[in-house]
Amino acid sequence: MKYIWLIPLLPGLGALVNGVVGIRAFSRKASGLLACATMTVALGLSLAAFWQLLALPTGARAYDVVIAQWIPKIPLATRNGFAAFEVPWGFRLDPLSGMMLLVVTGIGLLIHVYSTAYMADEPRGGVARFFCYLNLFCFFMLMLVLGNNFLVMFVGWEGVGLCSYLLIGYWYEKKSAADAGKKAFITNRIGDWGFVLGVFLVYYTFGTFDFRAVQNAAAAMPIETHFGVLSAICLLLFVGAIGKSAQIPLYVWLPDAMEGPTPVSALIHAATMVTAGVYMVGRNAVLFSHAPMVMEIVAIVGVLTALMAASIGLVQYDIKRVLAYSTVSQLGYMFTAMGVGAFSAGAFHLMTHAFFKALLFLGSGSVIHAVAGEQDMRHMGGLKKYQPVTFATMMIGTLSIAGIVPLAGFFSKDEILSRAFLANKAVWVIAVLTAFMTAFYMFRLMSMTFFGNYRGPAWETTGHGAAALAATHGVKHPADPHAHGRAQRSDHEVTHGPAEPHDETGKDDHAHAQGHGPWHGPHESPAAMTYPLQALAVGAIIAGFVGIPAALGGGNTIEKFLEPSFTAAAASETAGAEVRPRTDATEEHETAHVSAAVEIGLMAFSVLVALAGISLAYKVYVTSPEISEQLAERWAGAHRLLLNKYYVDELYNGTIIAGTMAGGRKLWTFDRNVVDGAVNGTSWLTVISSWFSGLTDRTVVDGLVNFIGWIVQEGSLLFRRFQTGLVQNYALLMLFGIFAFVSIYLFVR
Amino acid sequence: MITPVHYMLLSAALFIIGVVGVMVRKNIIIIFMSIELILNAVNINLVAFSAQLQNGIGQVFAIFVIAVAAAEAAVGLGIILAFYRNKETINIDEMNLMRS
Repeated sequence: MKYIWLIPLLPGLGALVNGVVGIRAFSRKASGLLACATMTVALGLSLAAFWQLLALPTGARAYDVVIAQWIPKIPLATRNGFAAFEVPWGFRLDPLSGMMLLVVTGIGLLIHVYSTAYMADEPRGGVARFFCYLNLFCFFMLMLVLGNNFLVMFVGWEGVGLCSYLLIGYWYEKKSAADAGKKAFITNRIGDWGFVLGVFLVYYTFGTFDFRAVQNAAAAMPIETHFGVLSAICLLLFVGAIGKSAQIPLYVWLPDAMEGPTPVSALIHAATMVTAGVYMVGRNAVLFSHAPMVMEIVAIVGVLTALMAASIGLVQYDIKRVLAYSTVSQLGYMFTAMGVGAFSAGAFHLMTHAFFKALLFLGSGSVIHAVAGEQDMRHMGGLKKYQPVTFATMMIGTLSIAGIVPLAGFFSKDEILSRAFLANKAVWVIAVLTAFMTAFYMFRLMSMTFFGNYRGPAWETTGHGAAALAATHGVKHPADPHAHGRAQRSDHEVTHGPAEPHDETGKDDHAHAQGHGPWHGPHESPAAMTYPLQALAVGAIIAGFVGIPAALGGGNTIEKFLEPSFTAAAASETAGAEVRPRTDATEEHETAHVSAAVEIGLMAFSVLVALAGISLAYKVYVTSPEISEQLAERWAGAHRLLLNKYYVDELYNGTIIAGTMAGGRKLWTFDRNVVDGAVNGTSWLTVISSWFSGLTDRTVVDGLVNFIGWIVQEGSLLFRRFQTGLVQNYALLMLFGIFAFVSIYLFVR
Repeated sequence: MITPVHYMLLSAALFIIGVVGVMVRKNIIIIFMSIELILNAVNINLVAFSAQLQNGIGQVFAIFVIAVAAAEAAVGLGIILAFYRNKETINIDEMNLMRS
């Protein structure tokens, strides 16, 4: 456990080597192998550390390692006088970070392996660059997870944002990808602004950055009934979480982030980075539980995000976008859990979600790979027979996210639902509605992708004849006759971009239409892609078993395991019995045992809801697909609203972005008129004054010089007369001179 | 009885003759001779006062003047010869090369 600092460092080294040497020199295989090797070692170390952590007694499961001083002691003012501003490179392993550690390294490794196959068609330097970024991401993510103070976490926090930007814009030649990267980065900036302010306020309030010290100090403070300093801290930190974890109103970047390669979407934009906000809220659970007002805000934002994203997901056609909205929705779930005080339930859902959402994303990558870069589900269908492994694993993931017994999603989701039921019925209703939608849109995705008839472009089986067949694709689709208008068309165009990685298998539809692509129809993906899928499927099945609730006869192991991370360790000793009952853990115990019957009833209800969603989706999209079209026509307005994502992007474009642009333009006008005017005015003054100066120079100075010259000239005209050249004249003058001087001498004497 | 006044009168007369000669004559040789007159007028003065004041320094000075006059005459004649070779004249009015 002493070596946990090696866990982030190894992927960092991999990134360094791949970035400095690999881009120039390594083959595709070598760079992939290096990246995978570092992740494997990191996973091994994590497992060993986790094992050692488990061996410790429950109360003492925390381990701090400080490898170096980062910022030496600087006295800096806080609310209570001066404190030492001191930041070590400290890492902390406790149950929460241990869980995250395993998730990041485990899923990270699987996705690295997957990427070696998925990125195989990229140019050589591009692969090395990709793995460099991916390793760098793992480095920062592990730093974020392991950091034992706010600033180390912040380094990771910003680092993963950077890697997200780099990886979204991986195909930077494509404008939409570059724009999506910028959008993600800038949107995250807004959140980071809040996070940084929150961190400042933490230091100002507590005089330290250490999580444990802050939590202990906060535990000694009373729970705030009015909006106080703790609420301000929590609100600001939550703004950071909103940006990073894509909640309302900053969720807009995540769907666009799907421009990146699919493994990136799986690792960063589903499994790990976007959960950093949830993790951060969990890390500061004590702070949050002392600010009930902010907790309410968290719950409301979470549940509204869950609902809104799920409803958008209902009608999207891009397979990755559906999953992206699903991710946003599930993150909303996690925040709902955090908001109602069920920190361990949120963290538990974070873990199970990491498994099944990574699985679903990798599965969708496998599908996209199979159909040569097509992402529009309307051009898929019937892939079940071509991709049995992908189908089976994705089905497991879908059932898991829908919350069917006994897959992972069921346990974590039900934990959240039951806690929400106890906390707030309205939240619970929305959450159940979201669960229904989740089941519906996920099964819609499965139905459109794997069931029914194949609707994609034809492939070359009969030589040139196929070209004509393929040409019909992209114009209008037989299985999708209503062709929903412009919005989808642009949607469809977006999906053409990620086809680029598959340059060799066909640039896009038109490449197929010309019949040049060596693409021979949908096919199962190579082993390096299917093995991670299978591993994740196993995870999606069994990950929930660590959290079987007491009502079903389980021990809810994970909740007990994570509990120490969400409470202040020293609280009971320092503040005594007065504070202790108010901390969340005890509350959890009180509420968790309210009624096993109610809990089982809730579970049954949510499973029924999920099944209803699934069967509805099956009916609408498989058995009688015409219903969906009728529905879309009957509710055209609502359908268009959802399809255009509630016009939030347009709203932001119209208000904030346009406002910023207008402000920038105004400032530019100001710059041009006032600042440039001042500069030009100054120069104009200089010209004028120098003209005057030149005038004086010409008249006075030159005049003086010329005057002296003139005098000399005129004088010389006079004195030239004396230079007769006659020796006797000179002699005469000398004589006169002698007479004169002798006379003077004689007279003066 | 010859008094210092007589010597001084003689000397003044010689000096004036010499100066006038330098001023009015055009022949360089004559001008030289006039300069010799001036110098010797001075010599007469020096020697006269030496005798009068019973002091030898005046006579020593007179000998120096004679020696310098001899040297000056030698250099001056050399110049006159060189000039004559170039201009074939010794008229002092022709010597105005440095006139502006």
